[in-house]
Amino acid sequence: MRKNGFARHALIETLHTVQSSFGFLDDEAIRFVALSLRVPLSQAYGVATFYHYFTLKPPGRHTCTVCAGTACYIKGADKLIAAAEQRLGIKQGQTTPDGNISLMVARCVGACSRAPVALSDGEVVGEVTREQVLEQLERWAAE
Amino acid sequence: MTIEELEQIAKSVQQENEKYDYEINVCMDLACASQGAGAIKDALEQAAGSCGKKVCVRKTGCMGPCSHGPLVRVDACDDPEDTLYHHVKAENAEAIVKSLGEKPVAELQCDLSGHFDKQVRVVLENAGYIDPEKIDDYIARDGYKALLTVLTEMTPSGVIHRITESGLRGRGGGGYPTGLKWGTVAKAAGDVKYVVCNGDEGDPGAFMDRSVMEGDPHRVIEGMAIAAYAVGANKGFIYVRAEYPVAVSRLTTALREARRHGLLGNNICNTPFSFDVEIRLGAGAFVCGEETALIASIEGQRGTPRPRPPYPASSGLWGKPTLINNVETYANIAPIVRNGGKWFFNMGSERSKGTKVFALTGKISNTGLVEVPMGIKLREIIEDIGGGVPGGHTFKAVQTGGPSGGCIPSEMLDVGVSYDALLKMGSIMGSGGMIVMDDTSCMVNVARFFIEFCMTESCGKCIPCRAGTAQMFTLLTRICTGTGTMDDLALLEDLCTTVKETSLCGLGQTAPNPVLSTLKYFRTEYIEHIANKRCPAGVCNMEAALEVVA
Repeated sequence: MRKNGFARHALIETLHTVQSSFGFLDDEAIRFVALSLRVPLSQAYGVATFYHYFTLKPPGRHTCTVCAGTACYIKGADKLIAAAEQRLGIKQGQTTPDGNISLMVARCVGACSRAPVALSDGEVVGEVTREQVLEQLERWAAE
Repeated sequence: MTIEELEQIAKSVQQENEKYDYEINVCMDLACASQGAGAIKDALEQAAGSCGKKVCVRKTGCMGPCSHGPLVRVDACDDPEDTLYHHVKAENAEAIVKSLGEKPVAELQCDLSGHFDKQVRVVLENAGYIDPEKIDDYIARDGYKALLTVLTEMTPSGVIHRITESGLRGRGGGGYPTGLKWGTVAKAAGDVKYVVCNGDEGDPGAFMDRSVMEGDPHRVIEGMAIAAYAVGANKGFIYVRAEYPVAVSRLTTALREARRHGLLGNNICNTPFSFDVEIRLGAGAFVCGEETALIASIEGQRGTPRPRPPYPASSGLWGKPTLINNVETYANIAPIVRNGGKWFFNMGSERSKGTKVFALTGKISNTGLVEVPMGIKLREIIEDIGGGVPGGHTFKAVQTGGPSGGCIPSEMLDVGVSYDALLKMGSIMGSGGMIVMDDTSCMVNVARFFIEFCMTESCGKCIPCRAGTAQMFTLLTRICTGTGTMDDLALLEDLCTTVKETSLCGLGQTAPNPVLSTLKYFRTEYIEHIANKRCPAGVCNMEAALEVVA
């Protein structure tokens, strides 16, 4: 916040910093940011919920993100998501009850030439297969 | 920094390069990096260090044909022909270094002359040739020369005249004449003006802007600085998606280096002109590609659009006149200034000038980034440059313009690519995503995918878009599961027109395009889904419908 001179318009930047430090935005963090930047709480909460990138729930220890951009969709990303959902017993955007794995769906990570793409803990894996996704989930589950 | 100093830097880079007999360029763009390009570069450096030859190993931005990655290109000083290696692995490093000066490694060599021959590289001229994190590399390839020429020799109106003369149109999708836009902002009253670069590449399936920002960030900054001088702005913002962390870090480095060299900041090049740029992060909202929503987002608000006029050119960021252009538009500026407006005007088709970068993806052999002159036939892009549809499948449609565009069938492939021709076919140029589909793709399902995208991305401000896309999604889902009726189809068409005509911003106005274009060209597929409960491509699951019948 200091880097941006406590400017009100740097709200999104500030929320990015908070999320990259803590992994998610909780009520306390949003309150603190709103108070420090002197923006209404409603605006801070509105921004935090409007943008898909911000999450109000803590993520799991591992995150499996499947890209569902057009190129990935054409190449069967929906089947990857369905397989992962079935294996973990959760829906996309959720975290397993033990807090181990989060299953996320990305809009597009810009690696369309290698579609379908998945990110395991942020690392891009191109031309990913159903087996590869399930194998990675097994590995995490066994940890 | 003066022109002489710039030339001095260029000369010293050249002298440095002349010390080496061979340059090995390793593509470190996302697609290649995700296949271990980093390890390949390390292995090459190690092998080069101990081989006794004069070799320099460099990391570069995207070389283009991503499906052949990881890519390595060897440039020998005594041979004008480059050698391009594809599917390189770290263990090949020794062999590549050993082959320098001798015969190339045959099993890795890749011949893509058909892929490159029809391309014309303006925006991507440096991609694959410079290290994006070294400003000196950019300067050595005529970088920042245009900016200094503009500052010392041209008037703002002269710059605008040159851009107008070039016939450049906005590369973000709409195709608004760039010179006209600059002129409007320059004429707008007010001391404080802003220049904004739209790097919120929200179109899923497109990555041109990412590659430009990552592979040649200085080009964008130079374009913005020239624009700022022309319209009289002192402050710029680059709005980048948070999903592109590499682009953000490359731009941050580039801005720091440009400031250090006195190419940004106060009194650039000892002239009265001062300009600096800040990076602003998006946070995953497609609608923020719309200019008024983007402005709201930079101001730290929710990214919802507002009705226009007033256009941002007269009242934009914090109510001040604001120039907003796309990444690729800014990337075209420096070459136009260097080579003159006529040079650019002579490329391309009648009403669409210059070149366009496309991200070629989907069911096609050579996926990756291509830059072609406007007016080139779609067939040439797909068959010659893209290498056609692999696996014995047949081509069905090509989707351009992302969720705002449409699907173009094979009958229309001989049409030349231009803003107007694509619009006439029910699609749009868009930012340049081009997704090829073959006979295993169901067009109804694709339309449903895009409507689902628009439904979740709708900001919710105006009702036609918020409720309309949701209803369209329900109808399409019914058709896709075989429970739709012909009445649903009629309702869907009706709804498309309503949403198109009454939505507030570009997102809603173009959201029905994928449905309308597939209805226009692939109506039989819709009918087949409804009447015979059958998906011709075998994608949609019709079990629910068949149970009802049974």
